[in-house]
Amino acid sequence: MKLLRNLMDSIKVPFEKGGKLEKFYPVYDGIETLLFVPGHTTHKGSHIRDGIDLKRTMVTVILAMVPALLFGMWNTGYQHFLALGMTDVTFTDQFLFGLAKVLPIVVVSYAVGLGVEFTFCVIKGHAIQEGYLVSGMLIPLCLPVDIPLWMVAVASIFAVVIGKEVFGGTGMNILNVALTARAFLFFAYPTKMSGDKVWINTSGGEVVDGFSGATPLAQAYEGGVKAIPSFMDSFMGFIPGSIGETSTLAILIGAGVLILSGIGSWRIILSVFAGGYVMGLLFNLWGANDFMQVPATTQLVMGGFAFGAVFMATDPVTGTQTGVGKYIYGFLIGLFAIMIRVFNPAYPEGMMLAILFMNVMAPLIDHYVIQANINKRLKRAQTVALKS
Amino acid sequence: MEVKIRRGANINLKGSADKIISDAPAEETYALKPGDFPNVVPKLLVKEGAEVKAGSPLFYDKNNEQIVFTSPVSGEVAEVRRGAKRKILEIIILADKEISFEDFGNEALDKLDRDSVVKKLLTSGVWPFIRQRPFDVIADPSVTPKSIFISGFNSAPLGEDYDFILHRQDAQFQAGLNVLAKLTDGKVHLNINGSIKADDAFLNAKNVQINKFYGPHPAGNVGIQIHHIDPINKGETVWVVNPQDVTIIGKLFSEGKYDVSRSIALCGSMVRTPKYFKTRMGSSVKNLLENLLNDGEKRVISGNVLTGTKIEEGGYLGFYDHEITVIPEGGNDQFMGWLTPGFDKFSLSKTFFSWMMPGKEYELSTNMNGEERAFVVSGEYEKVIPMDIYPVHLIKAILIEDIELMENLGIYEVAPEDFALAEYACTSKINAQEIIREGLDLVKKETT
Repeated sequence: MKLLRNLMDSIKVPFEKGGKLEKFYPVYDGIETLLFVPGHTTHKGSHIRDGIDLKRTMVTVILAMVPALLFGMWNTGYQHFLALGMTDVTFTDQFLFGLAKVLPIVVVSYAVGLGVEFTFCVIKGHAIQEGYLVSGMLIPLCLPVDIPLWMVAVASIFAVVIGKEVFGGTGMNILNVALTARAFLFFAYPTKMSGDKVWINTSGGEVVDGFSGATPLAQAYEGGVKAIPSFMDSFMGFIPGSIGETSTLAILIGAGVLILSGIGSWRIILSVFAGGYVMGLLFNLWGANDFMQVPATTQLVMGGFAFGAVFMATDPVTGTQTGVGKYIYGFLIGLFAIMIRVFNPAYPEGMMLAILFMNVMAPLIDHYVIQANINKRLKRAQTVALKS
Repeated sequence: MEVKIRRGANINLKGSADKIISDAPAEETYALKPGDFPNVVPKLLVKEGAEVKAGSPLFYDKNNEQIVFTSPVSGEVAEVRRGAKRKILEIIILADKEISFEDFGNEALDKLDRDSVVKKLLTSGVWPFIRQRPFDVIADPSVTPKSIFISGFNSAPLGEDYDFILHRQDAQFQAGLNVLAKLTDGKVHLNINGSIKADDAFLNAKNVQINKFYGPHPAGNVGIQIHHIDPINKGETVWVVNPQDVTIIGKLFSEGKYDVSRSIALCGSMVRTPKYFKTRMGSSVKNLLENLLNDGEKRVISGNVLTGTKIEEGGYLGFYDHEITVIPEGGNDQFMGWLTPGFDKFSLSKTFFSWMMPGKEYELSTNMNGEERAFVVSGEYEKVIPMDIYPVHLIKAILIEDIELMENLGIYEVAPEDFALAEYACTSKINAQEIIREGLDLVKKETT
């Protein structure tokens, strides 16, 4: 520690004002504050401050994503060997195969995204903010495993620049950064983001007879309730899909961490599931096609619904900020996700579009919630004025 | 009335004052600090070297010349300490051994009308103890408030205990309440902590409505209490007085003198034996702190850890402060501080494992524990501000200086202290109290 401190101090000089590398001070500062929470003390206002800071918040969210990440790694291997008909593969081999596939995506996402972030901070002379720590993990988790790495890089650049930096950086963005990356890929390279070729890596062998490779969502659209995996398989996550989205169980563990630590909004998580469930029930009643007959509970464990509900919808920057607004926002996300999924075969992943749409609508919801509060206050003032 | 406050939080700090009281050691100097009074522009009435009595005017407010500030003790004006741009920081009085008082007369209260009561409060310098909402400033004597609020308990961390301080002061306290009752057409509200048995000085108080409040800090903040009992609308005014200062008002009318003796709590984790002391407003804390503090870097605060003012070890007790808190000064870098399990870090979130030890008393220093960021986390302020107000939106309205929006979002109901706990909890380390103060100043300037 002392050694590291001395090292950081010894290389500090060129980065300081007037130094050769003055421009790169944000980079130095970013690394220094990552290593050492700076010993700044309070000068104004409250003399004591809570232990939490943005870094801790972000680390807690990443921690919450670890179960989904680990499961995704294992499932990548599991699906791979299953597709090739190799049944005698050990758990370790499955995991290591997945690790080898997933890790590069994570590395590319972080390296490229943070690179862009650092560049912007150097240009603008801002301190480096921590927002991308979470986005950098979310992006790999919502992509199919066979995505080419250069696409991950392009999407990360697009998301950070267009999704975030043009609005002013962390805390200012309108759209969820990770979903911006995913939407970019989805519309720019649809063949690599949908269909039945991308979800499972089948290199190095012949696939077994009857292998489809489609996600349950696609299968449900084709063949309705009979074609999809069992509820339990979907809940546990033994299905094809984006890296982190398949296991509802792993995601719910993450939800537990977020809610317990107070970082994620339980209001949003709960109401997304409620909205999705209600829409599922309505479709069950309607029953006009096969997909509508998929049980409402099964809808909640398929595709990216749970992942979006827990990790994407709860983004405090792009979501609603008022308590009441959070219920409305979450409920509508759930509603729209299932609606898009069922109505439009081109967009099986309704969750992404539902969240992005509601990201745009969030300020409007907040506006009306706050207006209600304002009206209440004005009315109170009027009543008093009338009395006197 | 009974009010249950659900939102808020108690911060369990080490070093709460034992319920033992003794006389503070004699101090040579006392001081009045114009900085204690937001919005006041001081104009001196005395020169260095002048002889004053307790109650002799020292300066007045240029914005409202009726409001006079008088000397807490008798003696000689030793020094007028000025800062940048000749701003007056402290008016220091070298105190006599035996205090002599100005005589303000002691006519019976029933014989005085409201105007003469106000006049007596103004000339004696007691007036500044009465503050008003909106704006959290000294009350405007030309206004009749719709009600007057007294919070009988301080729920802030290590807050002083008025049930203990006012024990056996029933007479002076009641005398003060009677004066306050004359000043408003409405009610005088005395709010006590419902979860403990209040002192008889409170329970037997007459001429007031007693309300019970339950729940965590900031239930004891008078602004929160007003919001729940008699909320302030645009154009309305409510006055507030600290319960111990009510006795000063009482003594002015029963004894005819400006007697600012008060009991204070000396607390905080850097104090060896935290307990109560009898002293006076404006007193130096030099002799008081001598030999009572632990070794190490420390910060001395006049007031509590959330809203108090940093003073030197030879500094002075503030006009509105009833405690001196001493906590460790931070300043040490924390290696990977954001990654540690954090058993010794207190947080209202449960991101540190310290949440598993609910009864623990913490020794918090003045570390920021992070750097300032844009607002990211939502719902954090709402959790600790039990008002029907959207605090972050109000702050943003202040930052863009939109007066109408501030009014709509409830700026008239808030004071900086109501945002202190949110400022403590803020992940983005925003100085919320300062922003609220600026907003209040701006609205006051533009609307009055």
